[in-house]
Amino acid sequence: MATLENLDKKELIDPGPDRILGTGHDYETVTDRIAGIVYLPWKRSPKKWLVGAFISFLFVNLLMLAMWVLFAKGIGVWGVNIPIGWGFAIVNFVWWIGIGHAGTLISAILFLLKQDWRTSINRFSEAMTLFAVACAGMFPVLHLGRPWLAYWLFPYPNSMWLWPQPRSPLEWDVFAVSTYGTISLVFWYCGLIPDFASMRDNAPHLWQRKIYGVFALGWRNSAIHWHRYQKAYLLLAGLATPLVLSVHTVVSFDFAISILPGWHTTIFPPYFVAGAIYSGFAMVLTLIIPLRAWYNMRDLITLRHIDAAAKLMLGTGLIVAYGYAMEAFFSWYGGDKYESFMYWNRMTGPYGFSYVLLILCNIALPQALWSRRVRHNIGLVWVISIIVNCGMWLERFVIVVTSLHRDFLPSSWGMYIPTKWDWATFTGTLGFFMFLIFLFVRLLPSISIFEVREVVHHDRYMERAYEEKL
Amino acid sequence: MSHEVELDELPAIHGAMAEFDTPEELVEACERAYSAGFRRMDAYAPMPVTGLAEAIGYKKNKVALCVLIGGIFGACGGFGLLEWITVVAYPHNVGGRPLNSWPAYIPITFECMVLIAGLTSLFCMLAMNGLPQPYHPVFNVEEFERASIDKFFICIESSDPKFNIAATTEFLRDLGGKEVTLVPA
Repeated sequence: MATLENLDKKELIDPGPDRILGTGHDYETVTDRIAGIVYLPWKRSPKKWLVGAFISFLFVNLLMLAMWVLFAKGIGVWGVNIPIGWGFAIVNFVWWIGIGHAGTLISAILFLLKQDWRTSINRFSEAMTLFAVACAGMFPVLHLGRPWLAYWLFPYPNSMWLWPQPRSPLEWDVFAVSTYGTISLVFWYCGLIPDFASMRDNAPHLWQRKIYGVFALGWRNSAIHWHRYQKAYLLLAGLATPLVLSVHTVVSFDFAISILPGWHTTIFPPYFVAGAIYSGFAMVLTLIIPLRAWYNMRDLITLRHIDAAAKLMLGTGLIVAYGYAMEAFFSWYGGDKYESFMYWNRMTGPYGFSYVLLILCNIALPQALWSRRVRHNIGLVWVISIIVNCGMWLERFVIVVTSLHRDFLPSSWGMYIPTKWDWATFTGTLGFFMFLIFLFVRLLPSISIFEVREVVHHDRYMERAYEEKL
Repeated sequence: MSHEVELDELPAIHGAMAEFDTPEELVEACERAYSAGFRRMDAYAPMPVTGLAEAIGYKKNKVALCVLIGGIFGACGGFGLLEWITVVAYPHNVGGRPLNSWPAYIPITFECMVLIAGLTSLFCMLAMNGLPQPYHPVFNVEEFERASIDKFFICIESSDPKFNIAATTEFLRDLGGKEVTLVPA
C-alpha cells in the first residue's frame, strides 16, 4: 500500500482542463489517495483544517445560543413584525435549499447526461446538499413560534380531529423538503456503500475496519450485486432529477401563489430553480477549491472540473439575469400600478442598495467568467463564487423584504432591520454547515472511489484503443 | 500455488476462487466458465464491469419493476390521503369551493411518488442482494480483500452440480487465474 507520506512528496500536478484524472493512476493508487485522507491520523490533519473546524464549531455554539434565546423569549428577538413577517428565516431557508440543488444536479442530472467529469465531485456535492437541506429545514421550524409543535405540519391521526391544509403551498413545502432531504440521504448512502466496503478492506486499524464494515452492510462486490446496484442508482438519479426541479418550484409557489406584487409572478418557478443551481455551483466551487489545495487533490479535482462548474455557473447566471429582466419588464408592461410601484421601489426605495448590490454580484461581476483566462485562474474563480453566493442571498432578501415592506396601504408600510439574533442564527447555520463539511472530509471518502476506478479503466481502454490505431 | 488437498481434510468448501488482474480477463474467464457448463458461480470486481453479470448468466434484473410498483403505490397513497383528508376526514367549505380540489393535490402526490419509489430502489436493491449480510465465505480468502481495491475474482461454488475440487481448480488455472484457492465455507 502506497502511503500518503510517499504521495505527499510526489509532485501532484493538475493535468489541465482536458483530463478528469491526473496521469499515472491505477486502481490501487486512487483508493489510497482518496481513502488515505480519511486514514490520516488526527494529529497530522492540515493546520488549516484544524483552524477551520474550530472556528466553525464556535459558530455552531453561537447557533445553539441563538436558538436558546429564541425558544426562551419568542420570535420577538428577531426583527420580523407586520408587515414584514418573513425576514431572515425565509431568506435563509430559500437560500440554503437552493445551495443544495447543485449537489443533486451534479449527482443526478449530470449522471443521466453521462457527463463523466461529475465523478470526482459528486460525492462531495451530495454531502453539501444534505447539510444545506439540514440548515434549510431548521428555519421554517424556528420560525413557527412554537417549534415544539412542528409535527402538526404532518398529517397524522390526532385527538383534535384536525388535518393540515393540503391545498396550501406551505404544506406542499413540508412534503417537498422532507422528501428532498430523505432522497438526498438515500442517494448519498447508496453511493457510499461500495466505498465503505473498500475502506472495510483496507483501513489500517481494526476499529476503523469494524466501523466501516457495519456501514458496508456486507457488500462483497459481486457482479450480480453491482448489476442491481447500478440499476437502483440510475433509477434514483432519474427520480432525483424531477424532484430537484419540483422542490424549488414548490418553494417558489410559497411566493407566487400569494397576491402580493413582487411575489405573484408566473416566472418564479423556472427562475427560482435556475437561481438555486447558480448558487449551488457557486458553493461547490467555494468549497472544493480550498479542499483540493489543503488535501493535495489537484490530480483528482482538476481544472476540468473547475472550468466546467464555472461555465455552468455562468450559464445558470444568465438564466437568472433573464428572470430579473422579465420581472422588470412585466412590472412595467403589465400596467398594474402596484406592480410597477413595487419594482420602482425595489430599485430606488429604502432597500435600493440591496438591489444594486444584487445586480452587481449576480449579473455584472460573474460575466468575467466568459474569459478562459479568468476561468483558469483558480483564485479568481473562488472569489467570483463567493460573490455569487452573496448575490444569491441578496436576491432572496430583495424578493422577501422589498415586496413586503410596501403594502397596498401606505399606513401599513414598515421597515425590517435584522437584529443581532437574526445574524447569529444565520451565521450559526453557516458554521453548522461548514462544521459538517469539515467532519465529512475527515470521516468519509469525499470522492467516490469506485467511480474513479471506472475512470481509470476508461482511460486505459482509450489508451489501448489509441495505440492499436497507431 | 496449487494446493493438492484431500477432500476429507477440509471441513466444508464454499467453492474455488481464481484471481485476475483486469476486468477484461475476468469477463472472458466468466464466459468460458459459463460455456463449460458452470452455473452456480459469482464474479467479484472493485467496480461495475459492463457485461460481467451477463457473462455468468444473470438475466433478470427486477429492481426497476419494484421501483415502478413503489412509485405507483406512493402516488396513489399520497393522492388518496389528501382526498380522504379534504373530503372525508375534515371537509371544510371555503366559499362554496369544491371539496375535491384535485389539482392542488398534485405536488404532494408527486413528492410521495418520488419518496416511496426512491426508498424502494435502495431497499429493494439491498434486499435482492441479501444485504445486510454479516458473514459470507468469500471473505475467508485472505487475498479477497483486494476485490474492493484492484483485483478481479471468479468463484465457482461447490453447490454447482459440475463442481469437483480437483477438476474445477484445474479448470480455473486453465482460464489463466493467477491465484487459485479453495474457499472454506
